Amino acid sequence: MAETEIAHADKPLIQINNLCKSYSLQDANGKTITNQVLFDVNLIINPGEFVAIMGHSGSGKSTLMNILGCLDIPTSGSYWLAGKNVATLTSNELAKIRNQHIGFVFQGFNLLKRMTALDNVATPLLYAGVSRTLSRKRALELLRQTGLENFALHQPNQLSGGQQQRVAISRALINNPPLILADEPTGNLDSQTSNEIMLLFQKLNRDQGITIVLVTHEDDIAAYAKRLIRLKDGRVIVDKNNTN
Amino acid sequence: MNLFAIFGEALRALRQNRMRTALTMLGMIIGVAAVVLMLSIGEGARTKINETIAAMGSNLFIVVPGATSSGGFSFGSGSVRTLTINDAYAIAELPSIKGTAPVVSGTVQLNYAAKNWSTIVTGTTANYFEIGNWKMEAGTAFTESDLRSAARVVVLGSVTAKNLFGDEDPVGKTLRITNRPFQVAGVLMAKGQSLTGRDQDDTVVIPITTSERQVTGSQFPGSIRYMLVQGKSATEMDIAEIEITQLLRQRHRIAKGKENDFTVRNLTAIADVATDAAKVMSIVLGAIASVSLLVGGIGIMNIMLVSVTERTREIGIRMAIGANQRAILVQFLLEAMMICILGGLIGLLIGIGGAWLVSQAADMLIVITFGMVGLAFLFASAVGIFFGFYPAKKAASLNPVDALRYE
Repeated sequence: MAETEIAHADKPLIQINNLCKSYSLQDANGKTITNQVLFDVNLIINPGEFVAIMGHSGSGKSTLMNILGCLDIPTSGSYWLAGKNVATLTSNELAKIRNQHIGFVFQGFNLLKRMTALDNVATPLLYAGVSRTLSRKRALELLRQTGLENFALHQPNQLSGGQQQRVAISRALINNPPLILADEPTGNLDSQTSNEIMLLFQKLNRDQGITIVLVTHEDDIAAYAKRLIRLKDGRVIVDKNNTN
Repeated sequence: MNLFAIFGEALRALRQNRMRTALTMLGMIIGVAAVVLMLSIGEGARTKINETIAAMGSNLFIVVPGATSSGGFSFGSGSVRTLTINDAYAIAELPSIKGTAPVVSGTVQLNYAAKNWSTIVTGTTANYFEIGNWKMEAGTAFTESDLRSAARVVVLGSVTAKNLFGDEDPVGKTLRITNRPFQVAGVLMAKGQSLTGRDQDDTVVIPITTSERQVTGSQFPGSIRYMLVQGKSATEMDIAEIEITQLLRQRHRIAKGKENDFTVRNLTAIADVATDAAKVMSIVLGAIASVSLLVGGIGIMNIMLVSVTERTREIGIRMAIGANQRAILVQFLLEAMMICILGGLIGLLIGIGGAWLVSQAADMLIVITFGMVGLAFLFASAVGIFFGFYPAKKAASLNPVDALRYE
């Protein structure tokens, strides 16, 4: 249903022009301090790409991710998602984009507590207005895809980290989004589980053509991606294809 | 957005915190139960008073002899017998007056077979029953001809009848009033207490002529204890009062500037005061109970605010996967409303149960109306929306990034 025109458009999926982001804080004396996190970032990501964004902590990669995910808005510059200028969208339209066009995978999994894996996966469909029966059916399909059909009725605290992350990936996939944003998805996982998760991402990218943007600070995780972008102090310093 | 599904999410959230939900609901339960109980007690009191007033008769005045003074001494109200039967007959001729019933009375001893009973005898005219709104339980009232012939007939109040005759049918029997035989013509239907709390059914009624000559007697023949006067219409009560006063002043030859030797009391006005008092009591009781409902509402707001803070991360996750502000707002509002409505329903049942217990234990009249139930329910929902809105608004206006990062 959400296999929209976006994924197959000729235009770039993501286009960022001169993007700046700064936060205003009040210091102890009540003076306003402006802290600029992103400086003049320009970026084009085409449908079907698998991009790893790297950088040390404080390099602005999480901020960039939040902007890409329509969770946050840029201070200046523009962000075009599938030909739409995100700055012109209302909060309802942003919510709809997050629901239909973007799947999120977080470091801390961010599953809803005391709710079965099945219901966790099905929740985005609830906000899309799909009936409960239908959304559960679809959720079970996705859990089967990620190899968790036997854990459908387990709650997050009864699952291992790897399993939880796979539930989160299933949830990200449920609306067939053209874009998946993964913020340090292996940060809380051991290396073997990390590899399994990364292989899953690779498979989704390769078989279903889903565009994946991944934030990580580990080189061996970034190595799964096809393109590497390195941020330093809020600026893009490297943007190259992964050769290995 | 699927409202039904969000309803399910709200229900799930409430079930996840059973204890908290139950305790929050308790505030609502107590509030609604208190409101229902208080309103039903107030309404019961009002109904009781209205019944008493309806039994009293409409558009009534009572005229009693007034205080007089002699040589600087003031005597109490009714201390002199200035009112006479003829005054009553004269007043009855006034255009605004429907009828009058003069009354003489005294305490007498009654005997029937081996039983005896002491009660108040009311000597009056035949229209006393109509003016005083008395209905017959059995037999008939006495008539004009009984009055003219000063017949020894008696009409019994229901309490007196029961005390003297027990289960026996008193009509046609002969009892003795201060040792004179009287034939029972009828028994009055019970009226209950008067507004002043006197038992109106513990009485016997006989013709005023008979009473004056044979029972109560008087050193001033023709003088009466008081008279009931019935006006023709409720709207002309003021005019009637003026006419009565003028006529009596004229008949009693009271010079201008001197005080009346009688008092005209508008019983209907007194009844109105009693009705108003009951209404005020109803409102006061309801208002006091409403305070507990208000406190319950504030409790709900408090818990919902805590809940929003505690679930900040959950709200962030929901926003990230596509919940818009309205979906979040509706979920939290529904949670508050469900607490209120369910609490309101339980409170309603407890309130009704409590009212029934009070009516049994205290022998009070309790009235529960449909409007009352609706009002309590409406109030509970309103409290839910009013106190649930602010926390829900707060949840909905969280910034997704900050909410996701919240620990």
